[in-house]
Amino acid sequence: MPFVNWFRRNLVVIAGLLTLGYLLLPNVVVTVFSFNKPKGRFNYQWQQFSTEAWKDPCGVAGMCGSLSLSLQIAFWATLGATVLGTMIAFALVRYRFRARGAVNSLIFLPMAMPEVVMAASLLTLFLNLGAQLGFWTVLIAHIMFCLSFVVTAVKARVMSMDPRLEQAAQDLYAGPAQTFLRVTLPIAAPGIAAGALLAFALSFDDFIITNFNAGSTVTFPMFVWGSAQRGTPVQINVIGTAMFLVAVLFVLTSMVISNRRNRQKA
Amino acid sequence: MKTTDNGSGDVRLSGISKTYGSFTAVHPLDLTVPQGSFFALLGASGCGKTTTLRMIAGLEEPSAGTVHLGDQDVTALPPYKRPVNTVFQSYALFPHLDIFENVAFGLRRRGIKSVKKQVEDMLELVQLGEQARKKPHQLSGGQQQRVAVARALINHPKVLLLDEPLGALDLKLRRQMQLELKRIQTEVGITFVHVTHDQEEAMTMADTVAVMNAGRVEQLGSPADLYENPQTTFVANFLGTSNLIEAEVDTKSGDDIVLKAGGGKLVLPEARCSAPTTAGGKVLVGVRPEKISLVHADAAGEIPENRNRITGRIAHSSFIGVSTQYVIDSQVCPEFEVYAQNIERDARLVPGADVVLHWSPAHTFGLDAAQDIDAGIQEEAAV
Ligand SMILES: Nc1ncnc2c1ncn2[C@@H]1O[C@H](COP(=O)(O)OP(=O)(O)OP(=O)(O)O)[C@@H](O)[C@H]1O
Ligand SMILES: [Mg+2]
Repeated sequence: MPFVNWFRRNLVVIAGLLTLGYLLLPNVVVTVFSFNKPKGRFNYQWQQFSTEAWKDPCGVAGMCGSLSLSLQIAFWATLGATVLGTMIAFALVRYRFRARGAVNSLIFLPMAMPEVVMAASLLTLFLNLGAQLGFWTVLIAHIMFCLSFVVTAVKARVMSMDPRLEQAAQDLYAGPAQTFLRVTLPIAAPGIAAGALLAFALSFDDFIITNFNAGSTVTFPMFVWGSAQRGTPVQINVIGTAMFLVAVLFVLTSMVISNRRNRQKA
Repeated sequence: MKTTDNGSGDVRLSGISKTYGSFTAVHPLDLTVPQGSFFALLGASGCGKTTTLRMIAGLEEPSAGTVHLGDQDVTALPPYKRPVNTVFQSYALFPHLDIFENVAFGLRRRGIKSVKKQVEDMLELVQLGEQARKKPHQLSGGQQQRVAVARALINHPKVLLLDEPLGALDLKLRRQMQLELKRIQTEVGITFVHVTHDQEEAMTMADTVAVMNAGRVEQLGSPADLYENPQTTFVANFLGTSNLIEAEVDTKSGDDIVLKAGGGKLVLPEARCSAPTTAGGKVLVGVRPEKISLVHADAAGEIPENRNRITGRIAHSSFIGVSTQYVIDSQVCPEFEVYAQNIERDARLVPGADVVLHWSPAHTFGLDAAQDIDAGIQEEAAV
């Protein structure tokens, strides 16, 4: 009986920990195997501890080049999608124009469309236009599919924003530009940041659409896929772990900063 | 209060109106708010108060008419170019800025560099010096409201517009803030336009009250004037309580009109009647409950001559300390209200007793009988 009671009281915590474990297990595997020293070309079985791969992360031909390309594409795709998506979101919430309803639902279409279908149709489109497949076609495709996610994230934020805040700013001598910079943008910022993060993550690890439209260009996900046919270098795990650590660090820093700011204020 | 220099700061609305599609929120309206005065816009929910205020602030474009501030026509000016500030009904404090920055916002936008001293003084005035570095969501409702007032007031606008700023406060804090606002207004001497649906608030604070009903100003005047001389049934019922009796014009004698109501006669000074009075025509006779004296029917002989009198029977009485409120059933009016001061209470005045009501003709007012007799009566729950 005492156990049942204890179990009942801590049910939420237990469920939370189990879910967290479920989420983190793959990351743990990636990290552990980044310290592996495989016998053959495949890094699928634990052999012995080694930091060789960490000492020479770019030791695999072509991998760091593809990584740098993926980061560049993700950066520009995030920038493009965030700027365009934010503008679309504001237009959809603030202005009543004739095609508003239609645009509102069309924006969701890329999210609903199966990615393979989209990838194939994009390729058809590019070929018919005579476009040279490569960096630019990939970037255009990435901006396109990131857009819906940014619009959704920003729109939710802008919709919950009280229009009277902007009116109050205008009432307090702020012109349209000042109102946007001092009130609208700071309040919409969390939504825009969420949209941007989502766009970066989606673009960085997209494989299907990229694979169809990249031509001879090789991004990091494509490199991983390609090398998996012949063998998986430990360096892939190193890059994966590093990305994971960067993300964790990013979250921790922002948490510390906001905590400190709150403590100063109080 | 500061003296007016030739009305250079008056707010003048001329023929201003607002329509949304086929719905008219504000009918063409002429209104002048003298500089330095405390002006209240009073009316029930949805009567167009906020819309009127927003047209003065420039947040709403009038469908017709003009807005003048002093000699300047500001109708086409955007809000950020008008020397007017608003305290919003919902406060509308900037959630991402702390209290200090909220209050400093207007000064900074006008390019004023050294704001520290001014902001601190203003926060001191509204007793929020301690809270300067908190965010709006960390304050109580009353504190937020004071920030909203401080944020507008610090700019020393020509006109301060207050949209039901005390609506969300409890009674005690509300009284306190009313006094505070009135004190600030008298000290700083700027024009206040205060929107409220609370008649007591309007009467205690304002120099002039405009009573609005369904997009129109029904009557405008000092609180005492509105209370004593209502011109419409809406004003008579919305401001305090009125007993209204349907009567028929009988004769005129001198400055007085003699009316027939039920079996008896009532006298009404012609000057206090806002309706046309032709013999045989109908008029609504009004009298405030506290103007009426109540005596037991057995003592009717003691009533002096020249008083208006009505007989009836006590239906209800409720003792509320300073006074007793009676509801009288009478032939001319089913629910006649009488408030009697508790000076010497007659033990015979209990429900069921036959009584005579009497009051001075000078306290009687006359209204046009073509109106809805119940216009402006407020549900208890809605107040
Ligand atoms: N944007 C709008 N579109 C259509 N009708 C509107 C709009 N804004 C206000 N109205 C209507 O105009 C009328 C007056 O509104 P207003 O906000 O001025 O009322 P109010 O007197 O301030 O009421 P309250 O005391 O409830 O604040 C209302 O009937 C309202 O429904
Ligand atoms: Mg209102």
